[in-house]
Amino acid sequence: MPVALLLACFNDTLFPQVGRTTVELLERLGCQVSFPAEQTCCGQMHGNSGFRDEALALAARLLWVFRDEQAIVCPSASCVGWMRELAPALAREAGDAELAGQLDQLAARTFELTEFLCDELAVEDVGATFPHRVAYHPTCHSQRGLKLGDRPRRLLGAVRGLELLEIPSEDCCGFGGTFAVKNADVSTAMLEDKLRDIEATGAEVCAAVDSSCLMQISGGLRRQRSGMRTLHVAEILAARP
Amino acid sequence: MSFPSNAAIALDDEQLRRNLHKATTTIRAKRAGAVAELPDWDELREAGAAIKAGALATLPEQLERLEAAVTARGGTVHWARDAAEANATVAEIAERHGADELIKVKSITTDEIELNDALGQRGITAHETDLAELVNQLAGDWSSHILVPAIHRNRDEIRSLFERTIASGQRLDDDPSALTATARAHLRELFLRVPFAVSGANFAVAETGTTMVVESEGNGRMCTTLPQVLVTVMGIEKVLPSWRDLEVFLQLLPRSSTGERMNPYTSLWSGVRAGDGPQEFHLVLLDNGRTNVLADEVGREALHCIRCSACLNVCPVYSRVGGHAYDSVYPGPIGAILTPQLHGLDAAPTLPWASSLCGACLEVCPVQIDIPKLLVHLRGRVTREVRGGRRAERTGMKLIAWAFATRRRYEMAQRLRRLGRGPLANAAAAPWARSRELPEPPAQTFREWWRERRED
Repeated sequence: MPVALLLACFNDTLFPQVGRTTVELLERLGCQVSFPAEQTCCGQMHGNSGFRDEALALAARLLWVFRDEQAIVCPSASCVGWMRELAPALAREAGDAELAGQLDQLAARTFELTEFLCDELAVEDVGATFPHRVAYHPTCHSQRGLKLGDRPRRLLGAVRGLELLEIPSEDCCGFGGTFAVKNADVSTAMLEDKLRDIEATGAEVCAAVDSSCLMQISGGLRRQRSGMRTLHVAEILAARP
Repeated sequence: MSFPSNAAIALDDEQLRRNLHKATTTIRAKRAGAVAELPDWDELREAGAAIKAGALATLPEQLERLEAAVTARGGTVHWARDAAEANATVAEIAERHGADELIKVKSITTDEIELNDALGQRGITAHETDLAELVNQLAGDWSSHILVPAIHRNRDEIRSLFERTIASGQRLDDDPSALTATARAHLRELFLRVPFAVSGANFAVAETGTTMVVESEGNGRMCTTLPQVLVTVMGIEKVLPSWRDLEVFLQLLPRSSTGERMNPYTSLWSGVRAGDGPQEFHLVLLDNGRTNVLADEVGREALHCIRCSACLNVCPVYSRVGGHAYDSVYPGPIGAILTPQLHGLDAAPTLPWASSLCGACLEVCPVQIDIPKLLVHLRGRVTREVRGGRRAERTGMKLIAWAFATRRRYEMAQRLRRLGRGPLANAAAAPWARSRELPEPPAQTFREWWRERRED
């Protein structure tokens, strides 16, 4: 199956291993992966920060970049959530019903990675081996936005050697895009509680489907000189013995 | 003061954080249990949202029906454009009766218009009769939660407050029922003495002119039945077309707010009845910015709110900073979308950002208000309509948008990632770096790897 990778700008720039492992994983499962190199950013940061026109210009650019792609896979739940809900809503709010309709159509062809694996490819065991204790953090946009439910846990649960641990609270990690710097004190208070809950699981790795939230969590773990590390779910699913 | 600086002060208060954590955790669990009992909870939420949307779409008609029905049953309806008009109306009615004191049912609407202060300036003392409102009034403090106004206080603080005020000279136990008994003795005397009461309204039914208060302590029942004169101040968005609509809201509200199947007291009254209850009833219909909210096609959804406060309790921001940081009688997520709309965007320009957009509020809202969407909508309106400020952010955002508009500029911008390390980067990213390390920039971007791989 041909699939186009929509990577997200921060994965491309700061977390390239998420893109590399997503490509490896999809190819191993028989997909022909393309990476339309004209892609930049989906506009989420601008949209969430109140810069509607700039956000819609970037979202409209994606329409053009992915115009011929039938299946688009994105390893960033918050970007998919933005494309599905908020971007079309902002286009409607701006009075551009045509753009909103086109964005809806693009969103209908766009899948978050674990959605694509579970729903389109109908796999749970992707053939990975990862003999470690993993705490899965359901990020807000994956859980409450995209309603991924137990998809990521099903995929992780089928990984050989992996012990899946539950974090007691599903509260936000405190990232929230520019919230992390605009409301740095509140963001830090939220992060401290989240780190305490994650560390209490005794996991070696904290995993999630959003690199942005993992940047917040790993930033805090490294500051506290914790031995725990963070990994995107794609990195675990691509792991071989 | 801005939300971030208010929040910083609140976060420094260890006692406050402990009180809030304990209280919000308890209420969250109670609500979740009560909601899980109903298999048709999501259908009820949909019905609630639809009824509110319908009522607001026909608001002028519903309000006129309400006015006609209340008048037909012997009540008097007053229309108040703003806080000053509403306060003057209440004060004039009180003065006409020679009342220099009155008793009050807990009402956020009267807090919104600062009725107690306005009455005080005209020599009229307003006594709060809800336990937590009484605590705040005695302490000279203000509400930090829609439903639990003294959530920021613990029992020990309340004990010493009572020893200084209504139980002066006594030594009290910090047992909650003993503290409640102390307040009760104080309040009973007021209920029996004062013949003039003011209330808010949770709902009003247009078809029968029925006004309604739901509560847990019985003080509302006392205030709406014992006095000779009752004045109810109600926001115009509280009107419901028909009696049947209450079926939905009387299930949604108690389970969402206190986590109870049913609230202990539901008081309903339609005008006046000879020899039974207040012999004079006034209904003050308050606009105070609500028609402006209604004019915003996206923002108007905020008027669906039934003040249950479920969004406060689940909010990771509210549950850490408390209500005072929002600097409004409407705190938490609902306050962040209501306050700037009611009082003007420039009066609360930082509130739409007082959220990580985690979506926990939408998940619990009994009338499905899409609070994250409204927050983003209001961020856009503040950015476009409030001039000045945020200069660095505006410049930065425009620059990034420009850079990301073409592949060439984007790939050039990616090369700057190496600047994001070391002490200089930490200084530039100070708010981030205070508690978090910056990510280590990779030697190779994904697209560089992809290009190499294709060339192999």
